[in-house]
Amino acid sequence: MANEETGLMKYEAVIGLEVHAQMRTDTKIFCGCSTLFGSEPNSQTCPVCIGMPGVLPVLNKKALGFAIRTGLATDCTISPYSRFARKNYFYPDLPKGYQISQYELPICEHGQIEILVDGQAGKIGITRIHMEEDAGKNIHEGTGDFSFVDLNRAGVPLMEIVSEPDLRSPQEAVAYMKKLRTILIYLGVCDGNMEQGSLRCDANISVRPVGRQEFGVKVEIKNLNSFRFVEKALEYEIKRQRKVIEEGGKIIQETRLWDSGSGVTESMRGKEEAHDYRYFPEPDLVPMTVDPAWINEIQSSLPELPDAKRERFVSEYGLPEADADLLTSEKPLSEWFEDAVKTGGGPKTVANWIMGDLMKLLNAENKTIEECPLQPHQLVDMLKLVENGTISGKIAKTVFEEIFRTGKNAGAIIQEQGLVQISDAGEIEKIVDEIIANHAKEAERFKAGEEKLMGFFVGQVMKLTKGKANPQVVNELLKKNLLS
Amino acid sequence: MSLYRLTISEARDLLLKREITVQDIVSSIFTRIDALEKKVSAFLTLTKDEAFRGAEDAQKRIDRGENKSLLGIPFAVKDNMCTRNIRTTCASKILHNFVPPYESTATTRLSAEGSVLIGKTNMDEFAMGSSTENSGVQITKNPWDLERIPGGSSGGSAAAVAADECIAALGSDTGGSIRQPASFCGVVGLKPTYGRVSRYGLVAFASSLDQIGTITKNVRDSAIIMNAIAGHDPCDSTSAPLPVPDFTAVLGRDIRGMRIGIPKEYFIEGMDREVEQAVKEAIRHLESAGAVPVEISLPHTEYAIATYYIIATSEASSNLARYDGVKYGLRNEGKDLMDMYVSTRARGFGAEVKRRIMLGTYALSSGYYDAYYKKSQQVRTLIKKDFEDAFRTVDVLITPTAPTPAFRIGEKTSDPLQMYLSDIFTISVNLAGVPALSVPCGFTSGNLPVGLQIIGKHFDEEALFRIAYAYEQGTEWRMRKPAL
Repeated sequence: MANEETGLMKYEAVIGLEVHAQMRTDTKIFCGCSTLFGSEPNSQTCPVCIGMPGVLPVLNKKALGFAIRTGLATDCTISPYSRFARKNYFYPDLPKGYQISQYELPICEHGQIEILVDGQAGKIGITRIHMEEDAGKNIHEGTGDFSFVDLNRAGVPLMEIVSEPDLRSPQEAVAYMKKLRTILIYLGVCDGNMEQGSLRCDANISVRPVGRQEFGVKVEIKNLNSFRFVEKALEYEIKRQRKVIEEGGKIIQETRLWDSGSGVTESMRGKEEAHDYRYFPEPDLVPMTVDPAWINEIQSSLPELPDAKRERFVSEYGLPEADADLLTSEKPLSEWFEDAVKTGGGPKTVANWIMGDLMKLLNAENKTIEECPLQPHQLVDMLKLVENGTISGKIAKTVFEEIFRTGKNAGAIIQEQGLVQISDAGEIEKIVDEIIANHAKEAERFKAGEEKLMGFFVGQVMKLTKGKANPQVVNELLKKNLLS
Repeated sequence: MSLYRLTISEARDLLLKREITVQDIVSSIFTRIDALEKKVSAFLTLTKDEAFRGAEDAQKRIDRGENKSLLGIPFAVKDNMCTRNIRTTCASKILHNFVPPYESTATTRLSAEGSVLIGKTNMDEFAMGSSTENSGVQITKNPWDLERIPGGSSGGSAAAVAADECIAALGSDTGGSIRQPASFCGVVGLKPTYGRVSRYGLVAFASSLDQIGTITKNVRDSAIIMNAIAGHDPCDSTSAPLPVPDFTAVLGRDIRGMRIGIPKEYFIEGMDREVEQAVKEAIRHLESAGAVPVEISLPHTEYAIATYYIIATSEASSNLARYDGVKYGLRNEGKDLMDMYVSTRARGFGAEVKRRIMLGTYALSSGYYDAYYKKSQQVRTLIKKDFEDAFRTVDVLITPTAPTPAFRIGEKTSDPLQMYLSDIFTISVNLAGVPALSVPCGFTSGNLPVGLQIIGKHFDEEALFRIAYAYEQGTEWRMRKPAL
């Protein structure tokens, strides 16, 4: 818990997040247009999502299913009776002059998810999850005196996931958002791509002296579209609010915008200028009564979620908690791991390879695990060659990198590059003897008790065999022949 | 023979017998329009070229032996239903140049049955009004007295049908906008049950109240059109997934024993004596045909207008937000975004539309929502319950359609409240969502038509047709034509 110490007074932050997640449906929430990202402006529009006079929305049932799926995965109650509402405001990217959202009767309520910060587990409450349509995009750059509007995104289904003000530090906020993202990706309801805006976040934050029950005056921060921005903006805001209070000022309720360029939050509008959205029930859509049988069906189709999977990785594979946590942080990663284990890899060995060499190679090439050219069975094949002594553990690192780069199997690479380990004692002994003969002085010193020279001799053997000599055999023979 | 005088069933008969061609009827209609339109001003757009092309096509289909229910029938459509590639303005400056790229479901279904569009009719801007004087384009005159209004908001459609400028028309009804002008123009107007006809492509005024319906020369034509346009539409979530009966099947069935409720709240102090007499006479007529009048009460009637003007304006304030100058329609360039919004909407909307947007915006504002919008929804539930209670003891309700006959042009324009009161008998029906039909039931001494309103249970349009047809066939009001 990051309590901010200032003089004699300790402060703590109270944070709640509103996360907007784009749902991974093929079509928009109220019409049949594609949701594909990055197309020609306004190429994915129709009279409905353009807001032509006379059009009517029809709910995409898949979006409703996704919202229910998310609610069930986060311990929410699924409302048996739910409805849409209109949120009214004028903006060019909002073609109807209102956003179809949910207000009084959201589809999911009263959930929670578990987060882990510094090894401490805690539950963060979810107030509600509701469905709504995304707005389009205004384009101001390179358009001369005019601005343009691209409505491809207008009507893309969103879930707004609102947390309780249970978060006490920027670190917790980030952990919460990461966990939420992981869950959404596990569920297949959101691709979690923050760069493309599939996951966006607004934060409500206030500070108060530690020990005080009442919340301070809260400020809403908009436009937090990366984990780093969430953390930086909240850190900045905590400092700013603390300073205002310490200097005897008052926090005013307002909406602030995070400016990632200058690293500060700036006032966007005060309470007086706050929009009156004039919410009222959407008369063009009938209230939703969700069939309990459908809820059960969705419940039974839920995948294993990260928490459960992490626990299983510990109990089933004997992995340390930290390994299990990392491997389950991304669904494809956990699947890669299990695929490797299923094809015969030792769990801890596989985990080490993933967390070490594989991550390093992926990071270096800026690739995700899904883009990994090295298949789990290729790792396992290679590990078998290490186990049966065909290659040494050291050579394995080279082979692994080679598989990653070329996609070839370990066997082929070893053959091509002549990397087979030399374990034949006779062959190695010849080399060992040659080296001892060539370094008589060092051999004398070793005999005299300078044992650390062992490393020198091993190095010489490896140099000569290009690392292919079986280290164990080399060690044994060196010891024997040096002392003889 | 004056072909423009034909009803749908008469025209179909002659077309099938090959006594006339579709071109004959369409020519006759346009000759009639040429002769009268200067006086009546019912149309905003005439689609003559398209109509003759459509006529040729329809005649070919007839010659091939096709037998669709509306094949070759010239239709007029209120200018708030989107027609592909044909200007759709809602009689508003803000949509003066709007050409929809898509077609409403109702007009799609009309075309599927072979109808021929001849033009788009005048209306109160965005259907807000009771006299068509709120049109941003022109004033439509009542064919029975050119000094008088045709009623509204579907005044253009009602006047066109009454003046034989088309065979039949579509209108829309949010608080009486089909029935009241039908009553004032001496034609038959049906507002079906909310959800019976798809609203897809109907430019929204108040989404929970709007309903497309028919304006016809007689009851049978209304039933024929309803067979074509009624039924569930996957593009309108509020359209009812219910089977649609053959509405013509009940025509001619006797009404002996049908219980007709006479709500005492609908015969009030201050209503026109001649209207009252005509309606009471009609009730006696129905009684003599075997129907059983029962006096009943709809106790919350007095709150209908207040309730309506909160719900309708609230929804309208949101529905009309899309007319912002960004995507289509009028744009007034401004020095910045706000300036463009303000000047576009200031110029584009007429006084009544602005008044309603302001009323609705106010009613939905935070701090007022509970007192106005929420309370109205509660009262709406009570009004709905009034009808449910009534329909436990009666089959239909009979009332006047409007408290007065058509009033003079300019008579009520300076007093919006007086104007609102002309919908006093029609508004509850929309709040309750039940169907209602206005059928001519006499004339005042000044030769102005009077309408009888028949209100039915949800989705029981058949009862309306049965009673209305029996009454219409038992009287001779339909024979009278305005002297133009």
